[in-house]
Amino acid sequence: MDAIAVEGLVKRFGTFVAVDGISFAVPEGSVFGLLGANGAGKSTAIRMLCGLLEPSSGRASVAGIDVAADPEGVKRSIGYMSQRFSLYEDLTVIENIRFFAGLYAISRRKVETEAERVLALIGLAGREGSLAGELPGGFKQRLALGCALLHAPKVLFLDEPTAGVDPLARRRFWDIIYEVADSGSTVLVTTHYLDEAEYCATVTLMHAGRIVAKGSPAGLKAERFPGAMLEVDCDRPAEAIAALAADGRIEEASLFGSRLHAALAPGLGDREDAEETVRAALAAAGFAVRSVERIPPSLEDVFIRVISESAKGGPL
Amino acid sequence: MSRLSSLVQKEFQEFRRDKKMRAIVVVAPIMQILVLGYAANMDVKDVPMAVYDQDHSSESRDLARAFVASGSFLVAAAPESAEAVDQELSSGRAEIAVVVPPGFGAALRGRGSPSLQLLVDGSRANTAAVGMAYAASVANDFSLRFAPGSLRIALPVEARTRIWYNPELKSRAFMIPGVFALLLMVITIILTSLAIVKEKESGTLEQLIVTPLRKAELIAGKLAPFVLVSLILICLALAACALFFGIVPRGSILLLFVLSLALVFSTLGIGLLVSTLAKTQQQAMMFSIFFFMFPMMILSGFVFPIANMPAPIRAFTYLMPLRYYMIIVRGIFLKGSGIGLLWKQLWPLLAIGVAVVSFSIARFRKQLE
Ligand SMILES: Nc1ncnc2c1ncn2[C@@H]1O[C@H](COP(=O)(O)OP(=O)(O)OP(=O)(O)O)[C@@H](O)[C@H]1O
Ligand SMILES: [Mg+2]
Repeated sequence: MDAIAVEGLVKRFGTFVAVDGISFAVPEGSVFGLLGANGAGKSTAIRMLCGLLEPSSGRASVAGIDVAADPEGVKRSIGYMSQRFSLYEDLTVIENIRFFAGLYAISRRKVETEAERVLALIGLAGREGSLAGELPGGFKQRLALGCALLHAPKVLFLDEPTAGVDPLARRRFWDIIYEVADSGSTVLVTTHYLDEAEYCATVTLMHAGRIVAKGSPAGLKAERFPGAMLEVDCDRPAEAIAALAADGRIEEASLFGSRLHAALAPGLGDREDAEETVRAALAAAGFAVRSVERIPPSLEDVFIRVISESAKGGPL
Repeated sequence: MSRLSSLVQKEFQEFRRDKKMRAIVVVAPIMQILVLGYAANMDVKDVPMAVYDQDHSSESRDLARAFVASGSFLVAAAPESAEAVDQELSSGRAEIAVVVPPGFGAALRGRGSPSLQLLVDGSRANTAAVGMAYAASVANDFSLRFAPGSLRIALPVEARTRIWYNPELKSRAFMIPGVFALLLMVITIILTSLAIVKEKESGTLEQLIVTPLRKAELIAGKLAPFVLVSLILICLALAACALFFGIVPRGSILLLFVLSLALVFSTLGIGLLVSTLAKTQQQAMMFSIFFFMFPMMILSGFVFPIANMPAPIRAFTYLMPLRYYMIIVRGIFLKGSGIGLLWKQLWPLLAIGVAVVSFSIARFRKQLE
């Protein structure tokens, strides 16, 4: 059975449509990523799934419970970490944990063992007495995660849990997410970081309230970039984009830092061929090429392509 | 542990670490009683008085001496014409004037009814009302020396209501219970509305309402601590009244506590209502002040006597919980009233409380907007 099933879910704020008929399903025990730029509607979607916002129309069920019909029932079976840090800063780590344990009516006998389990999981054992507000960012996020995990929820919703946290702490956080998923919980996580999306079994890209791409990271790459992908280091890369785009064999070129990513049309799969095509095209236009390297497409490449296609009204 | 007790415990843990809150609860009542108590000092002392003696009898001279002996007045001028009296008042040399008509002494000795005219500068509303009341009472006492109980000096002024409830003629004794009532209302409304809106603002409310905590538990858990806080407030305010001004309730302190909880019930309801309307703490303050605290202060009889209000506005005062509580507090402080006399104030107070609380609970949603 799917842990989360969403069908045609819509949320309107007045005339503004924040979530515009999204549908997806998340199998039990998997890690599902919801991606999208600012204002895409990720948080709104999550809040509907948590029973915090009433859907305007459409259906959604979480852990088999309909969110519109029984929002309180949903609340019992889920854990939720909102986008803003929302624990009590004036309370210590252990006080926050005990408080949330109390709200989930965990029996007094079990509270201490659960607290210990969670503290070990989030790596905060030994910091029980620190005030939550005085913890470093990464620790705060892990504490919030811990508080959402106390009652061993079937489904865990994490809304940008790693925003503003350093890469090492992000990595640490994802290790915990995996542990949670391994223990059988389903995790739905939103993020801005596309490298994190690679960790998800399935990702969904939202844009202006709609889902514009959906699939496993590998599947999406193969589907959107059947041809080769090259990374080019050359002079005046910004101007070189035009030269590459003029070449019919190169489907798309875009700037990544100081380098260019060029996606070739399918069929130019052979290594030498592909590299030669790019070198020739740039040389003809008078750009000095330092290196051309074949790279696997990243999700970032995928999403840039998807968004630009949807902006042009192309296939979704 | 039950969900409700977890929430209450959390409130106290936060409260213990929140210096600002502690300051409000501990310092505010003492400061307010102290400052407002001194500011409310409308005691009449050495008020310059003009005596226009048209009688020139020994009684009229004794009357003038009685005014001075009361400690409230000084005879600053002895005008000899009605124009001169006006002159003394408008120049400010005298704030109150007594006109002793011819035949005053004879009347006191039993040949007719004695009368006096009191004049005040109407632009000084406070001195006018209070000074008039003092002067009237001095004149009354004076008349009693001649014929105890039977004869009174007829005064063409209506200024006796205040004295009735305030036998020592100390305006501070009259004002302080009002300050006490005001204080309890203001602090409980502000604290409750801020306590909930603060969680809205910081995002913790979203985290709370995504748990299985029931709406009733959430509301009860957020409000219950303030019942205790209000008891602390009352203790501190009572102590401040006693220590700084020597004012202690004449009636039962226990009754004062019990009836105060009836007010707190309605003010917590108002705080809850404000928190359902406001998104930020700033908004909560504004709503509390403009929609609740200000109207209640004006319409509770704290500043202006309700009896003097035009009928439509007077009708409006019946909606103000503070109106009833003001009478309760003044009754217990000044007259030592018991529940027998005060229950007429208690039931409307409770009825308003129940209405406000149920309305706010109905408005409160365990969802985001
Ligand atoms: N309560 C609300 N009333 C009106 N508009 C809202 C409300 N909540 C969200 N919106 C709007 O809906 C859109 C989607 O917001 P949402 O927070 O879901 O985006 P998001 O994908 O989570 O973005 P971010 O990455 O910034 O968190 C935004 O344009 C936002 O302004
Ligand atoms: Mg968001």
